[in-house]
Formats: sequence, C-alpha cells, structure tokens
Amino acid sequence: MSAETSRPPGDARAAVARALADVPREPGSAKPDPIIVADKVSRTFGGINAVEVEHLEVQRGAITALIGPNGAGKTTLFNLLTGFDRADTGTWSFEDRSVSGKSAAYMASLGMVRTFQLTKALSRMTVIDNMRLGATGQKGENVFTSLLPWLWRRQEEELTVRADELLARFKLDTKRQDFAGSLSGGQRKLLEMARALMTRPTMVMLDEPMAGVNPALTQSLLGHIQGLRDEGMTVLFVEHDMHMVRHISDWVVVMSEGRIVAEGPPTTIMQDQAVVDAYLGAHHDTDLGDDALLEEDVVEQYEAEAEAEEATQ
Amino acid sequence: MDWIRILTNAAGEIFAPATAAYALAAIGLNIHFGMTGLLNFGQAGFVLLGAYSYGISAIAGWPFWASILAAIGSALVFGVLLGIPTLKLRGDYLSIVTIAAAEIVRLVSRTTSLTWLTGGNSGLTKGDGYKDSFEALCPFPQGTTAIGPWEYDNCLSSSWWLRVCAWSAVAIGCFLVWLWMRSPWGRVLKGIREDEDAVRALGKNVYSYKMQALVLGGIGGAIAGIFYTMPSSIQADAMGRTMTFNIWTVLLLGGAATVFGPVLGSVLLWTVFMLVKSVLRDMDLGFITPTQSESFSWMLVGMTLMLLVIFRPQGILGDKKELAIDVR
Repeated sequence: MSAETSRPPGDARAAVARALADVPREPGSAKPDPIIVADKVSRTFGGINAVEVEHLEVQRGAITALIGPNGAGKTTLFNLLTGFDRADTGTWSFEDRSVSGKSAAYMASLGMVRTFQLTKALSRMTVIDNMRLGATGQKGENVFTSLLPWLWRRQEEELTVRADELLARFKLDTKRQDFAGSLSGGQRKLLEMARALMTRPTMVMLDEPMAGVNPALTQSLLGHIQGLRDEGMTVLFVEHDMHMVRHISDWVVVMSEGRIVAEGPPTTIMQDQAVVDAYLGAHHDTDLGDDALLEEDVVEQYEAEAEAEEATQ
Repeated sequence: MDWIRILTNAAGEIFAPATAAYALAAIGLNIHFGMTGLLNFGQAGFVLLGAYSYGISAIAGWPFWASILAAIGSALVFGVLLGIPTLKLRGDYLSIVTIAAAEIVRLVSRTTSLTWLTGGNSGLTKGDGYKDSFEALCPFPQGTTAIGPWEYDNCLSSSWWLRVCAWSAVAIGCFLVWLWMRSPWGRVLKGIREDEDAVRALGKNVYSYKMQALVLGGIGGAIAGIFYTMPSSIQADAMGRTMTFNIWTVLLLGGAATVFGPVLGSVLLWTVFMLVKSVLRDMDLGFITPTQSESFSWMLVGMTLMLLVIFRPQGILGDKKELAIDVR
C-alpha cells in the first residue's frame, strides 16, 4: 500500500508469478495468499442466474483479470463483491473478514474501492474537488464540525497536497481547476482512478478501465494499473481487450453464464477448451455445410450434448 | 392612478415578514435541491408543521425558545419519517412522497376532529394567543413607528420587531449555508447531487448525508412557518401546494446552489407580484375584476417559473459555467 513495500516493476510481477506457479489451472482453485474468498455466491434476475459462483479466491498483490463473453455476469459479480448489489445466497470475505451483504460505503472504508464501467466523474465539480472528495476520515465531513473551519483546515491542506501529487502522476495537474465534465472520456477514467486512490485502498476493482479510451491513453493507463500492483495493491479488473489482459494481468478468471469456467495464467488461458467454448461455442470448428451433420447418430449425439448442457444449468 | 402608493406598497414587500419567510423556506429547499439534489415537493409541509408546532406550544404557555425548539423538533421528526422509506430509492420517489406527505399534514391539521388543537378549518388566530410570547420579548416601546413612507406597529403582529427577527433569521440561514457550501460536508452533498453511487464507492454513507440535508432544509422551512404566520394567522390552506411551488419559483429565480439566490428570488418575486397586482387593480379595467387581477398575477408567476426553467435554469445568481455542462 505504501511506498515502503514498493519494488522495481519487474520484481513484483515475477514474485506474483512465482507465488501463482503451483496453483492448479482449474475453476475455483485455492491461492497461496487470498485477499478475497467467495463461496456459493448467487444472484438471479427474474429467471436468469446472473451469477452462480461456486468458489473464487483472488490472490493478494496480483492483477487478476475477469473476462468472459457479454452477459457472463462479470459486472454483477463486481457489484456483489463491492456491496452495490445484494446477493441471493453466498458468503465472501475480504482480508479474512466476513463481508457478505455489507454496504458499499463499508466495503470502501475497508479498503476495497471500485470504478465504474460508465465513468462516474462528478461533472459539475472541479477536478481538484473530485480528488478531495475521495479522501477518507475527513473531520470536516461532519455536519457540525464543518461549520468550524479551523478544525479541518489543516487536514484539508494535507489532502490537497496528496491530491495534487496524484493529479501530477496521472498528468491531470493542468486540469486542476476545470470542471470534471469538461474532461475527455479517457481523462475521466484517469480522474476516477486517481480519485479512488485518494481513499488509500488495499484493493482496486476496475470495471472495464479501457472502454472508450484512445490508444495513446491506453498505454499510460496500463502503466498506472501495473504501478498499483508494484505499490502492493491488489487489482481485480473486468476487461474485453484480450491484448491488455495478456499484457498486464498475473492471473485470469473466465466467467460464462454466471459461472467460473476456467482460471489460469494469461499466457495459456486462451488455449483452455472451456474458454474457447465459452467465447465461440463448443462446435465452432464444425463445418455447417458438412453432410455428415445430417446423419442420424451425429444429430442424436448433439441433442444429447444439448440436453446435458440444459441439465447442468 | 396613485403611483406613489403603489410603489411604496411594492417596495414594502422587499422587507416584509412574508418575504423573509419565503427566503428562509427557499434557503431550506436550497439545501435539499441546490446542494444535495433532493427533489422535495413538500416544503410547505415543513412550513406548516413549523407554524402549527410553534403556535400550539405557544398557546400551551411554553416560553418562546421552547416553542422554537418544538418547531425544529417537528421538522426533524417529519424529515426522518419521510427520509427512511425514500432516501434509499431513486430521487423521483422522494418528490412523490413529499408532495403527498405535505398534503396529508395539511388535511390533518384542518380536520374538524382536531379543532380543539389546531382550530380546524379556521386555524389559529391572534385571539388564541400564539403571538403573545413573541410579542412580549419585543424590546421596542409601545406604538407605531414610521420609517420613510412605511409605518408599522413596533411590536404587534406585522411589526418592526417581527421584521428584525425574520431578517436576522434569514441572515443566519445564509451564513450557515455559506459555511456549509465551502466545507467538506458541502462537498460530499455536491458529490451526491452529481452521482451518489460514485460517492458511495468512496466510502461515504450517502443515506446519512441525504438524511442530514433533508432534516436541515426542513428546519429552515419550519422556522419560516413561524415568521410566515406571525403577521396574520395560522391557516392550513395558506400552506399548501401553491406555497411549495412559490418556494420553488423563489429558489429557481434567484439561483439554486447559491448563497443569496433564495433571498434575491423572494424579494424579486414578491415585489413584482405586488406591483403587478396593484397596477392591475388601479387601472380599473372593465374586463378584469380585482379578484381576477390577483389570479392573473398568479398566472404570471407560473409563466415566470416555466420561462426560467427553459431559458435560464441557473437563475439570476447561478453559475452559467456550472450549468453549461450537460449532465444528462
């Protein structure tokens, strides 16, 4: 979390890779040092099982990517873990503390901070006020003490210094006094991430950090996310861009139809049969023009497969 | 046409107790809407509760300050009751519930079965003695005083004493809002106004902040109720939906999320209203009777509100830059 634990970039990544080297490549595998442990988490919307996770562990200090086709339940799982939605069943813990069903504000106060798929920059507030709002434990945020400026002025100055440092790091310092609504999409993503860091989190949850960001900014965002890990923070992010996932993540969790179907390091995960099936369907190699498909036993075999699939859902 | 009298009357509205009361109620609504983004369409309910709580406790012989506390307490209870079911839901629900709740308190306070307490239909009047504790505190001598063309009683009913107190309350309200707007507390409220999920993700208890804002703004309304009813009498029907929308007009005219917007809005609205009404009455037009001229003035208020929202949503004092960013 702080500067003391930070190591040169390559080191952190290598250390995490070593720690995860012996973890079995299977859904719900146990990690040596998990920060999140979730069991039997489910959430249904009407008749649809949006999330049905048997077991999930997230390694501390690693960048874990959560991928899967559209509608796989990634964002819903995110919402459940961060307290923005209520699970129907299941328990989960954060840093060995049971936090199932806790409020979003409580999760944030424990050090789990999130960003949103649709960026939530507070448009009609200045960039610096956006940042100041992120700081936790402010004395002036009490309705009564807020009337006595001498009680909180010093703290305000301290957190403004910290906010300015973060803005400089994210190259937003020239926009300091602008309204957040006047920033570009990519700059808003940066601001949201910087604001999240104002809470001094131990775990950062990023929901599609690259969506709608231009390629020039992508590179610097990637650098920032790796920087978080190098400072000792844990990162869990949802992303569709496989290039990015391969580039920065230490571990990949694949979801499909609400369940976790595969886990593994980014270099090998895309070869996993379950992942290929999830993205492309089990019979994506089959030539639809092949007459063999029409033969009786092949049809029966596919029907049996389809029924088996139905039964497992 | 007697222009001197018309202008004197209109200018008298600038510092009338009712103008101060509307400014106070709008300051409260500004905490709700301007600072926190809460759509409260029942501010008149807070005003009414404040007025009745003050009146009933004063008639019961409570000292002045205890009656003030009764008014504040009623706003607190009403605010919490409204907030518990609605503040966890989306903003629209609050507006639906507040407009209904304000109507409920109005209808309950004028019901005949409560005549022993609230005076029922006819309300509470000077004869009931609700003004005594306030007028007894008056430091001025008996009699009337004329300042310029304006002559009022020193202590009784629509008095100089009432004007001094009401405008002092407005000044205190403005000062508090000024302090709050520049504080981290006000910043959290502003964040909630922009996007409450973002604020929640930063570890703030959004529900609690919204509740605080709802109650504080309601207290502004309750204090307004005391000054609003002091010159005349406490009538439930004078504090209904019309009043709520007048308070909204006052706030939007002056400028939401500004410190002096509610004051400027109230002064402008009531001065212009009085001017239009008196001029129409004095012109002695054959086709408009005095009652119709009053209704016509109300129509103009409605038009003003519509034109404001369409062409100058930030109001007179609002920050155009702040409103220039389309948040939808």
